[in-house]
Amino acid sequence: MRVSIDAIGLCGPGLDGWTNSAAILAGRAAYEATPPRIVAPDLLPSAERRRAVPSVRLALQVGQEALQASKADVATLPTVFTSSGGDGSTMHAILDTLAQPAREMSPTQFHNSVHNAPAGYWSIATGSHAPTTSLAAHDASFGAGLLEAASQMLASNAPVLLVAYDGAYPGPLNRVRPIEGSFGVALLLAPSGGIASLSIERVHGVPNGPALDDAFLERLRTHNPAARSLSLLTAIARGVAAEVQLQETANHMLRIAVAP
Amino acid sequence: MNPIEITASAIVTCLGQGKAPTLAALRSGVSGLAPCGFETVQLPTYVGEVAGAGDDLLPPGFDKFDCRNNRVAELALQADGFLDRVAAARARYGAARIGIFVGTSTSGILETEIAYRHRQDDGSLPKGFIYDERHSTFSLGAYLQQRLGLEGPSVVLSAACATTAKAFAAAHRMIEAGLCDAALVGGADSLCLTTLYGFNALCLTSRNPCKPFDATRDGISLGEGAGFVLLEKPSSNDPMLLLGMGESSDAYHMSSPHPDGLGAKLAMQRALDSAGLAPSDIAYLNLHGTATPVGDRAEDKAVLSLFGDQIACSSTKGQTGHTLGAAGIVEAILTMLSLREGVMPGTANLGTLDPDLGATYLRAPQARRFTRAMSNSFGFGGNNCSLIFGAG
Repeated sequence: MRVSIDAIGLCGPGLDGWTNSAAILAGRAAYEATPPRIVAPDLLPSAERRRAVPSVRLALQVGQEALQASKADVATLPTVFTSSGGDGSTMHAILDTLAQPAREMSPTQFHNSVHNAPAGYWSIATGSHAPTTSLAAHDASFGAGLLEAASQMLASNAPVLLVAYDGAYPGPLNRVRPIEGSFGVALLLAPSGGIASLSIERVHGVPNGPALDDAFLERLRTHNPAARSLSLLTAIARGVAAEVQLQETANHMLRIAVAP
Repeated sequence: MNPIEITASAIVTCLGQGKAPTLAALRSGVSGLAPCGFETVQLPTYVGEVAGAGDDLLPPGFDKFDCRNNRVAELALQADGFLDRVAAARARYGAARIGIFVGTSTSGILETEIAYRHRQDDGSLPKGFIYDERHSTFSLGAYLQQRLGLEGPSVVLSAACATTAKAFAAAHRMIEAGLCDAALVGGADSLCLTTLYGFNALCLTSRNPCKPFDATRDGISLGEGAGFVLLEKPSSNDPMLLLGMGESSDAYHMSSPHPDGLGAKLAMQRALDSAGLAPSDIAYLNLHGTATPVGDRAEDKAVLSLFGDQIACSSTKGQTGHTLGAAGIVEAILTMLSLREGVMPGTANLGTLDPDLGATYLRAPQARRFTRAMSNSFGFGGNNCSLIFGAG
């Protein structure tokens, strides 16, 4: 499968937008692990902006960055949202409420608990009626989402926006699902042109690529499912031909030839 | 789109395990809803509970996956000779060439709800609590990979109540892209406190068995269920085909449908376009029809504007309850059974039709041969999906 990356949006610890982050990932700028800068997306109407939880804001922020860096028409742009488990804070709040005798659940928390909440907010924010897909594949969520987005792009021969996001869960869930940091990435896949082209092959095996140079970023990569994308993003930022491996299921991976 | 064949299917809902009791219920119109006595829930509502879903029924070696959601899925897998059909497909194509495109909205959250009531003094979850294989959204996918020995591309889709209709679309694209030769499509959703108390908080649950399209309808009855199908490139003499599919987004509200059914109409129109069919080619429409005042009205407007009153419509949710993330696959299988067996389902519990609705609603099941049908599934976040099936 051949796809081009037309635009990228990125937000994570010390990674503030694609342009700044590309310089860091390419080794041209120093990395400093500052907290992610998640802003309330100005795309959203005020009521929805109030209701949107941080993971939704993160997903919309990176999606908006990629969209604005491209010429894609949001009205017809299909989206794929991938996340290991959606919004952990909402899940914890609901579980905690249900453990109390009164069980007085918040309607807003309930609708924010659906895995496709970012897809819903995105369509409200952009006014887009385009199809959308929300999926999960645990630690392989980024690889599985990339494969899904690539298959959509090939089916339509038109751009598709992939958004991957994962954030830390509050206690006690963080003990049983130890995700670290908040990380969101958006890749605008297109038939041609753009920042880089990817040739994707699904093969048997588990990734054994090299660790990232920066120890903090490497820990983020291995402890946040969406940040598994950092190996691919690093290859794209360096702007030279490279091979990247991404986990896609328990025993299969994507072998990706990245070309500038 | 290129049509794709549904070569095997299996189902479980409150109407029973397997296609035989399900078909009998479609013919009789009986409802499987009963007053809610689920777990510790104290809400005045009705539910469609799957019999046996509380039993210890996963095969040996699968303990870590043991949760209500995977048990409901297992009850479907064990029905209708489905396990043998999957094994035959695996032998034919190879494990890595069969993908898994399934959905759930609840996953195994019930077990975590119970664990939260038994947190230890330091706030941590009880010893032995398992998250990854039971509650993680992908747990159903991981269970199916191991249970069925499949190694193709595997995702769990989760788009609220449109989830398992959208699974057909994902599978079709992946087969078209050449990444697999066959696909397991479907999913499971199970009763839990989150959905029961959540829909109650939104004032969307009825105190009575839900009454789609009734003048006094006042909300949904939750159900649970699972269904699976095998998709393969057409090869049979008399195939059951997925002919079209359409997806859309409302761009309106997180938990209310667009009042004019804009997203619903778009999904249905796109499904017709993808099949190359006109509205008059469709004989029966299995509606989303959840029995909320707003939802049924919006869907009615969408149907009228696209089909007029010339298409027979019904909602099976008065029989099965709203199975949420499983509604797409459950109603797809009900629609295929209707096509194959020549029975259009009725709308259980429909007494006085809402005079403000204009589409043609079937109250009682009707014995009628027809060749093409559509099934609608709409979810929170304004995610919509319509599927068109054809046979004969």
